[in-house]
Amino acid sequence: MSGTATVTLGSRRIDRRWLQLLAIWVVLLAVPFWLPLLGGYTALAGRVLVLGLAAMSFNILLGFTGVMSFGHAAYFGLGAYGAGLTLKFLAASTPLAMLMGVLLGGGLGALFGLLIVRRRGVYFAMVTVAFGQVAFYVAYSWNDLTGGYDGLRGFSRAPLHLGLTTIDITNNSTAFYYFLLVVFAVAVGLQALLLASPFGRTLLAIRENERRARFLGIPIERHIWLSFTISCCFTALAGALYALLNNFADPMGLHYSLSGEIVIMTVMGGMRAFWGPLLGAAVFVVLQDYISSMTVNWMSFIGLIFVLVVLFFPRGLLGMLQRRDGA
Amino acid sequence: MLQVILFNVTNGLIIGAFYVLMALGLSLILNLSNVINFAHGNFLALGGYFAFMLTPAIGFWGALLVAPLATALLGFIIERLMIRRVYNRDPVYSLLLTFGLAFIMQDVCRYIWGPNGLPLGVPDAMSAPVSDQLFFITWYRIFNVAVVIVAVSGLFAFLRFTRVGVRIRAGTLDLEMVSALGVNVSMLRSFNFGLGCLLAGLAGVLAAGQIGLNPNMGDDLLMPSFIAIIVGGVGSLTGTLVGGLLIGVAAALTTIVWPAASEAVIYVIMAVVLVLRPRGLMGEEGMLS
Repeated sequence: MSGTATVTLGSRRIDRRWLQLLAIWVVLLAVPFWLPLLGGYTALAGRVLVLGLAAMSFNILLGFTGVMSFGHAAYFGLGAYGAGLTLKFLAASTPLAMLMGVLLGGGLGALFGLLIVRRRGVYFAMVTVAFGQVAFYVAYSWNDLTGGYDGLRGFSRAPLHLGLTTIDITNNSTAFYYFLLVVFAVAVGLQALLLASPFGRTLLAIRENERRARFLGIPIERHIWLSFTISCCFTALAGALYALLNNFADPMGLHYSLSGEIVIMTVMGGMRAFWGPLLGAAVFVVLQDYISSMTVNWMSFIGLIFVLVVLFFPRGLLGMLQRRDGA
Repeated sequence: MLQVILFNVTNGLIIGAFYVLMALGLSLILNLSNVINFAHGNFLALGGYFAFMLTPAIGFWGALLVAPLATALLGFIIERLMIRRVYNRDPVYSLLLTFGLAFIMQDVCRYIWGPNGLPLGVPDAMSAPVSDQLFFITWYRIFNVAVVIVAVSGLFAFLRFTRVGVRIRAGTLDLEMVSALGVNVSMLRSFNFGLGCLLAGLAGVLAAGQIGLNPNMGDDLLMPSFIAIIVGGVGSLTGTLVGGLLIGVAAALTTIVWPAASEAVIYVIMAVVLVLRPRGLMGEEGMLS
């Protein structure tokens, strides 16, 4: 009897997961149709996707490894500068720009990671912030290459050549949205595979009980370093997409205040849920867009969001839903 | 050349003194409460603004005394109301909380006192240079250094010789045991947070007299203060002191040879320290790591 009950419960849960997945993708695919009706614009949806990807990549570290980086804006911004510099100085190729962005952000992340992985808790956060600011100062001071304070301008995303046809993502914003969505889908799919793999399960074990994982013979530092590097690569990809979206890369995209925003999106959406950060990014980006158009004192409201989430909704939106289900 | 070096070393020590005041406050809070106070730079700015409001009424000297105390009181209240609630949670929440507070405090400063710089009047006698040879040093800057020396000595004496100070140091090592011995740990942490803000407020008044006031005047000091703590070693206040002076002087000396790299050099120092001596110059092994 009880066995049957468990099976039905299990299959019902699986049904719900597929339904959830279906709903997310239907909503995302239909954005160009329903968003203008609500008074939004497609670039806003693009920002949600890009920052959502950044937050989901960050969450590999926070939610699924249990260590907290407060310097992820650096890798986001490096991805943006990598893509921008490639388009401006190397070649007018969108895929190459994305690749260079990922290499720059991920490469530096891997390097810094070596110095960071032995720290834990707030100390880990403090060292990641400090290292993150290195990238900010370089972009800020290296005027000739990066444009300094004004940011990197004078490049634009190039049309996609797919052998037979060419897709114009330069001028057609709907086409560009679907391009973003495809990249997002591939990246998120890879993340899901990674987290479901034995490697991903090991990260969960480290999150749950680091000491026990160490006693089982798992090389903790190497796993955290890998997780950090992978997370940086995906964040850099998001940054590269951000540069393509705006045709612009600026030093504020490297600043630690963006790191804080990435963290709050993740926590607000629910850091223990795979899709939580995307939801958090959607809510945060839309709120930010709305508030900054309404008042000059938008910083107070953004700060208030931080405080309210921490004090009253620490589990995030999806976290609260899951608890209600008893799941 | 000698004068250039002397000028930059003096400059570095003065900037370093500000780093030290900021970083010691941050370090106190970090050691006892395990919280990185991202709003610390905003407490500094508030200290400066309080002095700006108080100077017409009670003069610069009165403001120098009262403004830091007002900052400390505000810090104490904020700790009691909010920060205290997240001590038992994942560290991510305390970071986000102080981060949000930093946004709000900066915006409130901008709302009340405006986005543009404001001057803080210091007594005329102190604006004069020390002598013709030492034209780059005003009496005010010497006074700054003197105040920092007094404040830092006072802090170390307080931690060493008073009952509360000893409890703060003991709590840094083993808070549970201190609690078990009947100390009101919650109040101790609130007081300690206020103490950290007092140092920030003092730095704010001094800085305002030198460079004037603006809503984000503390932001540029926050990151160097983090680095001072990391370089000096988490858990050691003496380390923080050394770290702050070290990066201040190093940055100033780099200005002579390569001005663009003066910000970068402190990050290089941090990286070198983390490679060669991961716990920091004077850090305890295993402290928070």
